[in-house]
Amino acid sequence: MILAGENLAFGYPGRRVGQDVSLGVHAGEVLALLGPNGGGKTTLLKTLIGLQKPQGGRVFLEGRPLTDFPVSERARRIGYVPQAHAGAFAFSVRDVVLMGRTAHQGLFASPSEADRALAQAKLAELGIAHLGEQPYTMISGGERQLVLIARALAQEPRVIVLDEPTASLDFGNQGKVLRQIADLRSRGLAVLFTTHDPNHALRHADRVALLARGTLLAKGPPADMLTGPRLAELYGAKIHTLHGRKPGDTAFLPS
Amino acid sequence: MSEAGTVMPARRSQADLVSGLGLALLMLGFGVVLAFSVGRFPVGMGDLLAALWSRISGQPSGLPAATEAVIFNIRGPRVLAAILCGAALAAAGAAFQGLFRNPLVSPDILGASSGAALGAVIGIFFSLGIFGIQALAFAGGLLAVALVYMIGSAIRGSDTVLVLVLTGVVIGALLGAGVGLMKYLADPYNQLPAMTFWLLGSLSGTDKHDLLPLFGPVLAGTLVLFALRWRMNVMSLPEEEARALGLSTGLIRLAIVAAATLVTAASVAAAGVIGWVGLIVPHLARFLVGPDFGRLIPTAAILGGGYLLVIDTLARSAASVEIPLGILTALIGTPFFILLLMRARKSWS
Repeated sequence: MILAGENLAFGYPGRRVGQDVSLGVHAGEVLALLGPNGGGKTTLLKTLIGLQKPQGGRVFLEGRPLTDFPVSERARRIGYVPQAHAGAFAFSVRDVVLMGRTAHQGLFASPSEADRALAQAKLAELGIAHLGEQPYTMISGGERQLVLIARALAQEPRVIVLDEPTASLDFGNQGKVLRQIADLRSRGLAVLFTTHDPNHALRHADRVALLARGTLLAKGPPADMLTGPRLAELYGAKIHTLHGRKPGDTAFLPS
Repeated sequence: MSEAGTVMPARRSQADLVSGLGLALLMLGFGVVLAFSVGRFPVGMGDLLAALWSRISGQPSGLPAATEAVIFNIRGPRVLAAILCGAALAAAGAAFQGLFRNPLVSPDILGASSGAALGAVIGIFFSLGIFGIQALAFAGGLLAVALVYMIGSAIRGSDTVLVLVLTGVVIGALLGAGVGLMKYLADPYNQLPAMTFWLLGSLSGTDKHDLLPLFGPVLAGTLVLFALRWRMNVMSLPEEEARALGLSTGLIRLAIVAAATLVTAASVAAAGVIGWVGLIVPHLARFLVGPDFGRLIPTAAILGGGYLLVIDTLARSAASVEIPLGILTALIGTPFFILLLMRARKSWS
């Protein structure tokens, strides 16, 4: 396990959101976290990457307690892709990606030529090199999500954590982001993402964890986790399961 | 997906930087020429350069002693003070706007101006000399922000930035009440006009002894802000994102607040409360060179210096009496700001 939480209890001061969660991700593995709204997915993510102090239990990064790492050391190992937002100032897309290099620089430093070249390469990897000079505030939501992935890649991390990366994206952009996730795995990164779409998890995750009311209902291979009855239990709702001709060709619809 | 065929484009905005900085320097140069050539004792550019050259070379300038006195003892210090105050307020405004992720913030957001104002009116009330009044104003500004910061940091578990802003508003209102009390208690014929004049901002009493206490803090604070330029870019992201990118947000915020407060308090101590400069000039600078603080801080500082110098020249020459600076900056600032909002809304929001 490159990033792992053990017996985590998490939440905000005065409010416990979840407990008894043990969850980790290996290098070269995609882990999807599913669960209903308000079930604690985002809070768990933030606790795992150290943005939120655990109320109980511990988080380990590369086998050492996460608290042993200063924030800049964490940022060189864990890339975080939040849900895209517009931001207050019209920084160029290139500058936003360059912000991913912050943890690699000294306190008073500005991005070097090497940093700029790396940022440009990450933009090219995501197929958005042409956006470099555009103001980040003026591009579409799907493009912003890709820019934030490029920024996380510019951190040169070993783990990438994405908070609902496909939320509010159109069908085409959802596909782009999911292909990127598969691509990250093939490069040996550990990927953890949350999603509201079991179909995404079924097709793109190596393991799935189901989180409801702050506790893990189950975790395991997608084919075992993502079944009609389990999803019905997870969301407390009826689920339509569609089966194709090939075995394992399954899709879910809310009913 | 391959890198082949992707050419690294030239940084388009390099041209913006050159033209933006050029425009700012032009405005500053225009301000200097105007400031020396306008007034009861106009000084031409030739005389100014001759006088400066004689100071550098040690040769006599051949100018009348009165001209040299105007240049070095009267108008020169006032010109420098106007540039320094304008630069300080603009740089601090740009820093606070980034820190609070809000382009409508001005340097007095955390109470630096209200604290300095209270310090100054207390100084006037107790009939201290000009040095005492300035020292109290400077200390008042620093203390007010320190108080806001300590209270804001003690309130945990919620949005740090929002708590700081709200604390600043509340403490600012309290300090404003303190200023009101001192004005109420003050001698209405002697002290009250002095207080009112000071609260509206003026450089009319500036002489060369005021320059060092202004120059030191402004230079130190602005240098710190410029040194932290890239961190300030990252700080304008939501707090958790900045931390996830490896920033110790608490320490960086403290450094930015301390540096911006230092320059604001020094400027308010020297020139009184001058509104608008710290709000408008960063906007204009951002419009010219974009939001990257590496460009924004120098451009805003130069632009702010030129702007306040022109305002101060107007203040001492437009009417038979000195017009308070705060009144002029508001008169010019309001329509200018509305125009800017209408024309260029998209470029920074």
